Amino acid sequence: MSAKHKIDLYALTWRLPIILWQLIFFVGPVLFMIAISFFVVKNYRMTEAFEFVNWQRMLTRGYFWDSYWYTVFIASLSAAIAMFLAFPAAWALAFRASENLRRWAVFLLIIPFFTSYLVRTFSWYVILAESGVLNAMLGYVGLGPYKMLNTHFGTIVGYLTLTLPLAVILQTVTMANIDKTLVEAARNLGCKPLATIWRVVLPLSKTGFVVTALFCFILAFGDFVAPFYLGGSQEPTLPILILDTTKSGQQWPRAAVVAIMMMLTLFAVAFTAIVLAYRKPKGAR
Amino acid sequence: MEKSNKKQQKHYLRRDILRIGGGVALSAPFVGRAWAQTTEINMLAWYGHGEPDMVGAFEEANNVKFVPKYYAGGDNMLALIAQSPPGTYDIILSDGEFVQQLNAAGYIEALDPNDYPFEDMLHEDFTKFPGHWDGDTLYSMILRGGHLGVSYNTTAMSAEEASSYEGFWKPELKGKVGHFDWHLPNLGMMSLKNGNGAGLWDLSGDQWQAVQDTTMSLRQQVGGFFDYGGTFNGLKNGEMLAMCGIGDWITGVLERDGAPVASVIPKEGGIQFTESYCIGKGSSKADLVKSFIQYMLSPEGQVKSAQMLAYPGFCVTKGGRALLQQVDPKEAKRSHQMDGMPNDPIALINEGRIHYRDIPQQQSLEDWNDFWSEYKNA
Repeated sequence: MSAKHKIDLYALTWRLPIILWQLIFFVGPVLFMIAISFFVVKNYRMTEAFEFVNWQRMLTRGYFWDSYWYTVFIASLSAAIAMFLAFPAAWALAFRASENLRRWAVFLLIIPFFTSYLVRTFSWYVILAESGVLNAMLGYVGLGPYKMLNTHFGTIVGYLTLTLPLAVILQTVTMANIDKTLVEAARNLGCKPLATIWRVVLPLSKTGFVVTALFCFILAFGDFVAPFYLGGSQEPTLPILILDTTKSGQQWPRAAVVAIMMMLTLFAVAFTAIVLAYRKPKGAR
Repeated sequence: MEKSNKKQQKHYLRRDILRIGGGVALSAPFVGRAWAQTTEINMLAWYGHGEPDMVGAFEEANNVKFVPKYYAGGDNMLALIAQSPPGTYDIILSDGEFVQQLNAAGYIEALDPNDYPFEDMLHEDFTKFPGHWDGDTLYSMILRGGHLGVSYNTTAMSAEEASSYEGFWKPELKGKVGHFDWHLPNLGMMSLKNGNGAGLWDLSGDQWQAVQDTTMSLRQQVGGFFDYGGTFNGLKNGEMLAMCGIGDWITGVLERDGAPVASVIPKEGGIQFTESYCIGKGSSKADLVKSFIQYMLSPEGQVKSAQMLAYPGFCVTKGGRALLQQVDPKEAKRSHQMDGMPNDPIALINEGRIHYRDIPQQQSLEDWNDFWSEYKNA
């Protein structure tokens, strides 16, 4: 009994910092944000109150729902594209590359994160502008110029700048941990390459892939930079709506409503994704 | 012999280090005291006003140091003040239309009109600027202004096409018209296009609906909504060929660099932003701030304001304008601050083509902002 107590205290001591961290920097601010959503603004100053006016105002506005569904759609699309584009590179690194090459590749994929995301986003101006590098290259083969900045395409490029390296790294790590003899066995038994991916690699990587897609979605869903600077703020995503709401009239309580809706969405998506990721196939024990 | 020399050198070196080190140590209290004497002036302003090109000479001459806090938009300014203890800001640069609200909330000190060069003002309006006075009490001193109209790429639009807001609807500009992402100047311009003239901010329900309809009809032309950096880049790299909601304060910076852009005041009229200085309530450095405002209204200060690197503004005093023409005729000419030039800012005011930026009179700012969000989503 006393030994068990000692072990619990020992474990608690190590857990305490993370528990405190979460309480101070996550639970506390979230509770504060929820409280703020019921405050009112008078003469540009937030006044403590308990009124539903901000919720009513935001949730009955068409532009809020337009922004909401657009953000869900574009973040989902971006996550799907990131997963799709990352797969061939991750596959090659996991199954074809040597241990040494894989290590270098992962290191090179981390390097973009050394520079500020904002700087990386602005560098796309030079490449995507109508008079930019990409259109100049397309011009050599008689194509374009195409409008890429201030479009949905621009937004997706920005999101991928943020998520694609991460997706490659996470997919590589996931697939590198698959028992390669299972893949070889499938091939030896006559399974074609695509069927091997579909019937062996993907089921074995399910958890890692779902978590990767979830990360891509979360990062894109909350990103302000790409839709604002590369998407031209049209259509506005929820992070842009938060900025607009605070900019005019200093409506932090209404911005809090938008932020809470974003968090609820992310909770729902993350919960569903985790359930899917860890659900065992039928008949499995 | 050589060894002895080396020894001597080493000895001198050691002695030198001791001497220099001792000197530094002994002078430290004086250096500290000299630093301590530098007075910090907390400034709340639009970006650029606390930079060395604006305040450097005054800092050097008066042993002061400006500590700027920059904001973007009058609402943001009011919020920053509201959330700070009294006396936080010694000097506040406000947009003219927000001074009344600063005063109503008790955030600013009254000024003595005798301290400032009202007799030197270029226009009568600047002496009794709306909102700067409460009865006979002065609360804010006008510093500079700028006009907002049609900003365009001169290779894509002719001056004649830009002479009306209709130019934004030019079919060739589809997807190439940008908005500065702030509802007030954009909707103000749409109101002017609808012929509301001097009543552009005082809209009845029908007029407000008409302004919304006009704005919505522009949506298909629009290629994006931008902040200062985005507007700047959009015009510079040719992604945007016309911009609504701005004026020479952005195109002027690009024009100085040789970009083919310009801003004009269309026949329907333009909007003036006015920047003014206020002394923060409870400031313990009010006298120093007063000296700074006097300096900025002197011919030298006015020239600095007109040449401001972040964004230009026109002089409001005769002395400032005369000195600008003398020391920087190129900038005076570029910004039309010369008698007889078309688009001379003072002549435009005299002709009644300029309307001072204000806030909506019959609707709330929230109504305008709500519509702006709907417009962006359309």
